[in-house]
Amino acid sequence: MKSTGILFGRLMRHILRSPDTIITVAITPIAIMLMFVYVFGGAMKSSLGDNVNYVNYQLPGVLLMAIASGIAYTAVRMYGDKTQGMFSRFNSMPIRRSSVLWAHVLTSLAANMITIALIFLVALLLGFRSSAGILSWLAVAGILLLFTLALTWVAVIPGLKAKSMDGASAFSYPLIFLPFLSSAFVPAKTMPVGLRAFAEHQPATSIVDTLRALLNCEPVGNGIWVALAWCVGISAVAWFFAMRAYRRVK
Amino acid sequence: MMENAISVKGLTKSFKDVEVLKGVDFEVRRGEIFALLGSNGAGKTTTVNILATLLRQSGGVASVCGFDVEKQPDEVRKSISMTGQFAAVDGILTGRENLILIARLRGVENPAKLADDLLDQFSLTDAANKRAATYSGGMARRLDIAMSLVGAPKVIFLDEPTTGLDPEGRQEVWKTIKALAKGGTTIMLTTQYLEEAEQLAGRIAILHDGRIIANGTLAELKKLFPPAKVEYVEKQPSLEEIFLAIIGQKESA
Ligand SMILES: Nc1ncnc2c1ncn2[C@@H]1O[C@H](COP(=O)(O)OP(=O)(O)OP(=O)(O)O)[C@@H](O)[C@H]1O
Ligand SMILES: [Mg+2]
Repeated sequence: MKSTGILFGRLMRHILRSPDTIITVAITPIAIMLMFVYVFGGAMKSSLGDNVNYVNYQLPGVLLMAIASGIAYTAVRMYGDKTQGMFSRFNSMPIRRSSVLWAHVLTSLAANMITIALIFLVALLLGFRSSAGILSWLAVAGILLLFTLALTWVAVIPGLKAKSMDGASAFSYPLIFLPFLSSAFVPAKTMPVGLRAFAEHQPATSIVDTLRALLNCEPVGNGIWVALAWCVGISAVAWFFAMRAYRRVK
Repeated sequence: MMENAISVKGLTKSFKDVEVLKGVDFEVRRGEIFALLGSNGAGKTTTVNILATLLRQSGGVASVCGFDVEKQPDEVRKSISMTGQFAAVDGILTGRENLILIARLRGVENPAKLADDLLDQFSLTDAANKRAATYSGGMARRLDIAMSLVGAPKVIFLDEPTTGLDPEGRQEVWKTIKALAKGGTTIMLTTQYLEEAEQLAGRIAILHDGRIIANGTLAELKKLFPPAKVEYVEKQPSLEEIFLAIIGQKESA
């Protein structure tokens, strides 16, 4: 526990010394948010109905994109530690082997929460409003955290196994685009049949719908369980392969 | 039994079909500098990684300070420290922060003071607050070795500590290693250079084709070599001496 804390402090220092990583991660989703709100927002309003706040509507999708690009840096940090021999150094020391891995996981959670806070702030400026109560906000935070954890375990795998820095981060590109093929920006029912089937059955849709419902004080229905199942399921599978990869790291 | 800091018997290691170690035996006494000599791919790093609990052996037994590396890795880790083949320093942290990090992880009292002492001992005080990424190869290696001394481990593994260093950097590292051994630490180092083993080690073992083919003091080993080879080896340091002499003249001029 103590060594996890010390190593977490080390990695957070890395992030604070290169704040550009947080800015870079936040900037693309923010640009996409601006585009959707100002370029497509008008058209969307006329099709979704005047009572829909489109900033609210698209925010969950933008948050998922930010997390998907944020965890690429988790993989890059792990790759760096592996290639620079830091894992060997730590793993030949009298500290718990798992603390090195958990320090990376906690850092990933913390860094992504900072990015998310930043995006909420920008959304607020653009007109995001929510009257959600404390419980709903806690649920929103919980789901975002769980989603980040799931993708963090996914990121650990290329972080440990990749042969190059680019290889370590390339896995995140398809994840970043997942929200586009979901109900994040337009309702899935407006899509062609095949795409719609994909959109309705991929994790981003259930997570986006749940977050949107929570923020807009609407009933979440069964969707929240589907969203949680996705997060827990991805976490469990990725965790299994991540631990297997970590056992093989010298 | 406790006379030996390291004891290796019948050690084997295969990666898939490739048999890298085919039965390695050697012992290292307490307080000794022991050099494992071998060419590229001989299995030096593999041997050291097994002893440092980073890699599992395929067969045989190995113990460090009386603890079995396979069955008691935690005890082994408390007794050792490992400096890998490539300097493992955190480039984003400063030299001082790197040392404090390791000191805190090892639960040393007063990490800041220890860091300052080590920086001083390794002539890194001027660069203490610069990021390690800006260090020269020699400085990074010195920091790397300094980090391995934190917590005063009984046994230190140094995997090719001077590879990639210029002759001056090499001299500095040699000086450090000699000073360490004087303090009673057991040192096992690997090297590709006979002259390095000659400079530092009390005992030298040659790893070739997965086995130790020679093991003894320098004088004992010299008897094994045909005279022609000895001559060839003896020429190398002289080249180095010339190089150093030229550098020395430049600096004093
Ligand atoms: N993880 C691995 N998987 C497969 N083969 C490996 C692995 N690690 C090492 N080897 C092989 O084992 C052999 C010995 O490697 P090792 O790194 O121990 O040699 P070395 O003596 O340290 O060489 P060098 O002087 O180049 O550092 C090499 O042929 C290498 O290719
Ligand atoms: Mg090697």
